[in-house]
Order: sequence, then structure tokens, then C-alpha cells
Amino acid sequence: MINNIDLSLVEWSRAQFALTAIYHWLFVPLTLGLSFILAIMETIYVKTGKEEWKRITKFWQTLFGINFAIGVATGIILEFEFGTNWSNYSWFVGDIFGAPLAVEGILAFFLESTFVAVMFFGWKKVNKRFHLASTWLVAIGANLSAMWILVANAWMQHPVGMVFNPDTARNEMVSFWAVLFNQVAVDKFLHTISSGFLLASMFVLGISAWYLIRKREIGLAKKSILVAGVFGLLSSLMVAYTGDQSARTVSRVQPVKFASMEALYEGKSNAGLTAFGILEDTGEKIGDRKVMDFAFKIQIPGLLSVLTSGDRDSYVPGIKDYISGNERMGIIPTTGKMENGKHAMDILTAYMNAKVKNDTVQMSSLKGIFNEKEFNDKYFRYLGYSSISKPEDVIPDVPGLFYSFHLMVILGFLFIMIFSVALYLLFKGRLAANRWFLWVTFLAIPFPYIASELGWILTELGRQPWIIQDMMTVSRAVSQISTGTVVTTFILFTILFTGLFISEVSIMIKQIKTGPKH
Amino acid sequence: MTVMISQVFLQHYWWAIVSILASVLVFLMFVQGGQSLIYTLPGNSIQKTMIVNALGRKWEFTFTTLVTFGGAFFASFPLFYATSFGGAYWVWIAILFSFIIQAVAYEFRSKPDNVFGKTTFDLFLFLNGSLGPFLIGVAVATFFTGAMFTLNSMNQVHWATHWYGLEALLNIRNLALGFAVLFLARVNGLLYLINTLEDNELIQRAVKKLIINSIPFLFFFLFFVISLLISEGFAANPVSGIITVEKFKYLHNLLQMPVVLIMFLAGVVSVLYGIGITLLKKSITGIWFSGTGTVLAVFSLFLVAGFNGTSFYPSLSDLQSSLTIRNASSSHFTLKTMMFVSFIIPIVILYIWYAWRAINNHRITEEEMNSEEHKY
Repeated sequence: MINNIDLSLVEWSRAQFALTAIYHWLFVPLTLGLSFILAIMETIYVKTGKEEWKRITKFWQTLFGINFAIGVATGIILEFEFGTNWSNYSWFVGDIFGAPLAVEGILAFFLESTFVAVMFFGWKKVNKRFHLASTWLVAIGANLSAMWILVANAWMQHPVGMVFNPDTARNEMVSFWAVLFNQVAVDKFLHTISSGFLLASMFVLGISAWYLIRKREIGLAKKSILVAGVFGLLSSLMVAYTGDQSARTVSRVQPVKFASMEALYEGKSNAGLTAFGILEDTGEKIGDRKVMDFAFKIQIPGLLSVLTSGDRDSYVPGIKDYISGNERMGIIPTTGKMENGKHAMDILTAYMNAKVKNDTVQMSSLKGIFNEKEFNDKYFRYLGYSSISKPEDVIPDVPGLFYSFHLMVILGFLFIMIFSVALYLLFKGRLAANRWFLWVTFLAIPFPYIASELGWILTELGRQPWIIQDMMTVSRAVSQISTGTVVTTFILFTILFTGLFISEVSIMIKQIKTGPKH
Repeated sequence: MTVMISQVFLQHYWWAIVSILASVLVFLMFVQGGQSLIYTLPGNSIQKTMIVNALGRKWEFTFTTLVTFGGAFFASFPLFYATSFGGAYWVWIAILFSFIIQAVAYEFRSKPDNVFGKTTFDLFLFLNGSLGPFLIGVAVATFFTGAMFTLNSMNQVHWATHWYGLEALLNIRNLALGFAVLFLARVNGLLYLINTLEDNELIQRAVKKLIINSIPFLFFFLFFVISLLISEGFAANPVSGIITVEKFKYLHNLLQMPVVLIMFLAGVVSVLYGIGITLLKKSITGIWFSGTGTVLAVFSLFLVAGFNGTSFYPSLSDLQSSLTIRNASSSHFTLKTMMFVSFIIPIVILYIWYAWRAINNHRITEEEMNSEEHKY
């Protein structure tokens, strides 16, 4: 076992991964959505034969290309970083986590990268139908790529389909389908791709609005708004629906995260859903953690109880229930989980020691314990708690979760309104004249990016202190390298990404200002 | 019907898959090799544009193969992934950096308002082209020369030096393979460009460069291979798994696996033939021979590293921490599931081939560069 974990090493490793993931996610959602928008536009071109639609497709394709490469570049880093910075994790779960990554490469990345070349260079080289098929395959490939990594991420939030093998000291997969159809994975995939569709639609809508403000490219702008408006409205509704599903699943599989998202310290029946609120310090503490309460809130009575269990009178447990336990709800106090986890770790350590001494009698008697259902259900599932030193350490950053969750939801409803109004005005023929709404639409471009990043911040901040929920803490997973090394690469990544980001945005703005080729 | 597939078979199957990916990757690094020549090969700016565009239409294949190689290695031999990536940190991070800067360089270099200017992005292409193949060569050489790590009972890695992988650069055999891979990439890059570009003057320049690059390639390659054949290797006992040092282990591997030996020799001959017909017969098809040869030779070298009870990642600090395909692999279930997934690889290769042909149906000319809308 590794003792003396250097906390600054853990924090810097986390910071580096967060930096990479946040930058990566600035580019990927646009690829996910814009690829489908291109495919829809090109389909209209092929169906109608109108050159105008080809020109429109090519214009958005140029912007797609600028964004695509940088998404790919930042993506490879995440894959490498599992190994370079989280090597203990890589071994502990490589048997499960690695498989989706490999499948992703074989099934999705090649599809995407092969046909993206045809999409860019094939206009004059292949026939219309082959080109159209390539554009659709890029869209499918891009979204499949997202699927496999989300399956892997979902497994960290809600580990399923595996057993622990004491001989190798790791988890091993026993059901590929359980991993693939993990409820968290299904929710996450649908929510993530639909949010990418939404973001890309807002991007197309906003830029088209800017052309209308400038009274340029009127035809291109209106046609693009039609496609992006319809696609965006449908996507934003799907985002709301899948988001609701995700939250329900979180309430079941990561209840502490859920209570923290709602800043619900005290469990209650007839719990209200907070639309928004401002948190303040109450002066009270759980261990060394501050307890927050609302200085102000807008709440819909009873709705949280209804949403989580369909019944207004049902009890929604709060953070305190999970820390101190709630016998009536069957919730074990965190200290109890810590004891059970420690017991599991003691058995594992005893097995390891017997193995080193080659004590086969002791080994076989201990190994039997690992196959017992009771041991697994009662003790081993809490293995990760053996490295928790204080019960309050299992509480994630409550204000961070509360604000990122609620801001994301508010923005989500705002997007539905923008798409609806845009379509309404377009069909009424009043869009081009409505300058204030065009400005709103144009200025709204960054907001889906913010909402999307908030979603990931919520997901990953809410997973803390776990790297795998209840199984392994983040601090146990880190590679044992010097902190200085990680700080150095963190700085290098920051400089590189920021430089590339500035360059990308600058090129993008120039291309938009220049407009499509005539 | 349940067919029993043994774990030993699956471990060998997956080592072979990883080896195929590695060998295809080394071939596809002709893109990098070409990039390393962008300052010296073209005689004027239009020639440079032609070269960059010929390479730029293929960069994603190399990149994707690298990512898939990493993913497949992670999934099938996670202990290697955890040990090497988490320990030889700087080597992998340097490889990573050299590929991040490549991905954007093509798309951004000639776009207006790219902030840093074309020179910067061309430098990125050159750095990726030179450092990428060299460092990958050095990293792969440690499969034979070993690395300084120990694993505890929970399989957690401890790296014995504070250089975190940079110490590999002090080993002359690692450097030799690094340079061999770099010059091979340059040779393949030149052969690819000779095949793809329609510009006689540029092709003549490429042929001259081919001579200059083939010599160091042969020198470093032979140095590495000879040193490998006379060196000690790390053998794993098939029953106990205990690792011992064996004299002439890699030579024994080649002799005990004659199919691998034949593949290796055929690969080397094929690369030389590809170079030969280009120089002597002015053929433009050299890349196909040299490419096939590269795949065969690298594939067989990987089999020599991992098959026949050999440790493919020897530990110089603690012999028994050395990794073999047996002790580093995923579970039977995972390997089996992924084997079913891998059956789709031939389909992937087919559509890549089809798309490649569709795009490369004629050679790139100066006129095309002047009329193409999507140009790097």
C-alpha cells in the first residue's frame, strides 16, 4: 500500500486533468452537433439539387474543419493522462475501462477520420451520394466516439458488471452488456450528444443572426436558421428530458452527489425543488465542513419528492442523513461504511500477505470470503471507504455543485425559449427586422458552452472524493511522480492550450467575417 | 456451443493485435517523416504547399492509429499502460506534445489571422515530424533494453529515477532505434511523396534525399538489430513465471520462431527493394514495397519482444517486476470480448482502403493546388 500520499501531487494531477478536459470540451460539442447539421444541409442539397445549399454546407464545413482538429488534439491527451497521471487507477480498472477505449478507437475514430478526409477533399473526386454518405458517417463516427468514452466515465460514477479478483488486486469485467447499458451511461450519452446538438445549433443560429444584423448573406442566414432552429429546438427539448432522467438516476446511484446538487442538508418529506437560490454559511459544521443554507431561494413545494419517487409525501434524504445515517431509510452512517471498508481491506491485505509467504491454506480460506455474497454486499462494496479518514470527507463541494447545476438548468430553459422564438419569427417573416432578438441570439453563442462545461463540472466535482464511486478515492489513484513534474506539465499544457485556443477563435472570427465563397 | 478459448491464446492474440497496430503506425509515420523534410525538400513555395497537402490528407490515419494503439494496449495489457505511462512520464508526455501540435498545424497554417503565423505552424509540423518518430522509437526500444521500475504487491509502480523516463535517452541502443525509426519514416515519407506528387523537379529532389536518408537508416537499423541479436534477454519461465536473464534470448526467439524470422527478413528485403526500384528504375511504386516491408519487419520485432516466453517490458531495478504478456494482461473475459470486437478490423481496413483510393485517384499537381478550396 502506498502511505504518505502527497496531497499537492493529487491536487496538481486533478488540476491538469480538469484543465485538459475543460479545454477538450470547448471543441467537442460543436463537432458532435455541427456534423449532423452539415449532414442535414447536404441532404437538402442532394435532394433539391440547389447549388445554394451546397454553398451553405461548404461554409459551415470550413468552420467545422477549424474546430475538428483541435478537438482531436486535445482528446488524445485524456487517453494518455489516464496512464501518465492516474496509473494506479489504470491498473485497478484497466480491465474494464480500457475496453471501451479500445473499442472507441476501432469502431468510431477510424470511421470519423477516414470519412472526414472524403468530406473535405472529396467534393470534386467522388460522386454526390458517396460524399453525402461520408458526411453522415462523420456525424455518426463523431457521436459514436463520444459514446464509448462516456460509457467509461459512467462506469466511474456507477461501477457495474465486474468482480474483484484478489490475485491481481483489481476489478475484472464479467458483463460487457452491463457496462455498456449501465443506466448512467445511457443517460449520459443521450444528454451529452443532445447538448452538443443544442450548442452547435446555437452556434449556427447566432452567426446567422449576425449576418442578418449586418444585412449580409441573407439567403444563407435564413436557410441556416431554419435548419438550426428546428434541430436546436428538438435538441433542447431532448436535453431537458434527458437531464431530468440523469438527475433521477443520480438520486439513486450517487445520493450524496444528488443531495449536494440540491444543497439539501436536512432530509425531508414533501421536499421542494429549488429553482434558484443564494447559499450562505450557517456557522454550523459537519466535522470540519461548513453547513450552508439559503439566504434566498425560489422553490416549488413538493416537486423534489415527486421527481425523485413520484410521491409528494416521500422522504428525500439530505447530506446529514448520509453522514450520520438514517435507520428508518436504511442508510448506514459513513463511519459504519468506513469500518466495513476497513474490514474488507484487512481481509485483502491478509490475502496479499499470505500470497507473499506462499501460505496456500490461508490463501484458499481467505479467497473463499471474496466469493461470499454477504461479504461483497456488506463489506467489499465499501472498500474505498477504508481510505476515508473523516466522515465529512465524502461530501463534495456543495456550493460548487449547487450553482453549476442550477445555472445549467436555467440556461437550458433559456435555450428552449430562444429556439422557439427564432422559429416563430422566421415563419412569421419578421426575424430579419427584429434587431434586438438577433442581437440576443448572437450574444447567446457562448452560453451553451458555459452550460455544457457546467454539466461536466457538476458531474466530476460531484464524484469527489471518489475516482470510482465507493471503490477507490482519487488520492489512491494518482501516479507516484514528483509534484514538480506535474506542475511543469500543467504549465506547459496551459500555455499550449491557451495559445491554440486564441488562434482557433481568431481564425474562426476571420472566416465568419469573410463569409462564404461566392 | 461453447468454445473454450485459453487465456494463453488470448494473450498471444492481443499481443499480435497490438503488434499489428504498432507496425501499421510505424508505416503511417511516413506522414511525420515527410513533415521532417519540409524545410529541405521543396525548392519553392508551391512545392512546399504540394508536399504539405499530400501529407495533410493522411495525418488523421496516423493519429488515429496512435490513439487506437494506445487504447488497445491499455485494454489488453493494462499493467504495461499503468507502469510505463505512469513511470516513464516525460517520454510519453513529450510524444503527446509532439502530436498535439501536429493536429492543428495543418488546419491552421495557411488560414488568415492564425495569430502565430505560418512559420510557427510549419515549425510544429517539423517538430512533430522529427521528434514523434524518434521518441516512439526510443520508447519501443525499452521493450528490449528495459526500464527502471518496481511493482509492489498491489501492482503499483515505483520509478527508480527522478528522470521519469528521460534516462532512456542515455542508452545508445535506445537512441539507435529512435534514429532508425526516424530515418525510416523519412524514407517512407519520400517514397510516398514520389508516388503522390506530379512534379518532375520535385521528384528528382526527393530521389536525392532518398539516398541521403537511406544510409543513416541502414546504419542505425543494423546497429540496433545486431546489438539485439548478441544481447541478453529476459526470459519468463512458462510454469512459474519467474524471470531470468538469458544470453542471446532474442536470437533464440528468431531461431525458435522461424515464421517470424522469415517475416522479418522478408520485411527488410522488401524495404530495400522499395528503395532500390525507386533509385535504379525510377519507379514510383516504391512506397508499397517499403510500406509492406516496414509492417512486416516491425510486426516481427514486436513478436520477438513479447512471444516465446519473453518479458516485453523488463525491469532493470527488480527483475521479478518485469512485465510479460502473461502477468500484464487483462482478464480472460475482457480479452475474449475484445477479440469479438477485433473481428471488425478487416471491415475497417476495407473502408479505409476504399476511401483512400477515392481521394488519391490521381496524383497531386500544381494546378490542383491552385484550384482546391480546402487547402492546407
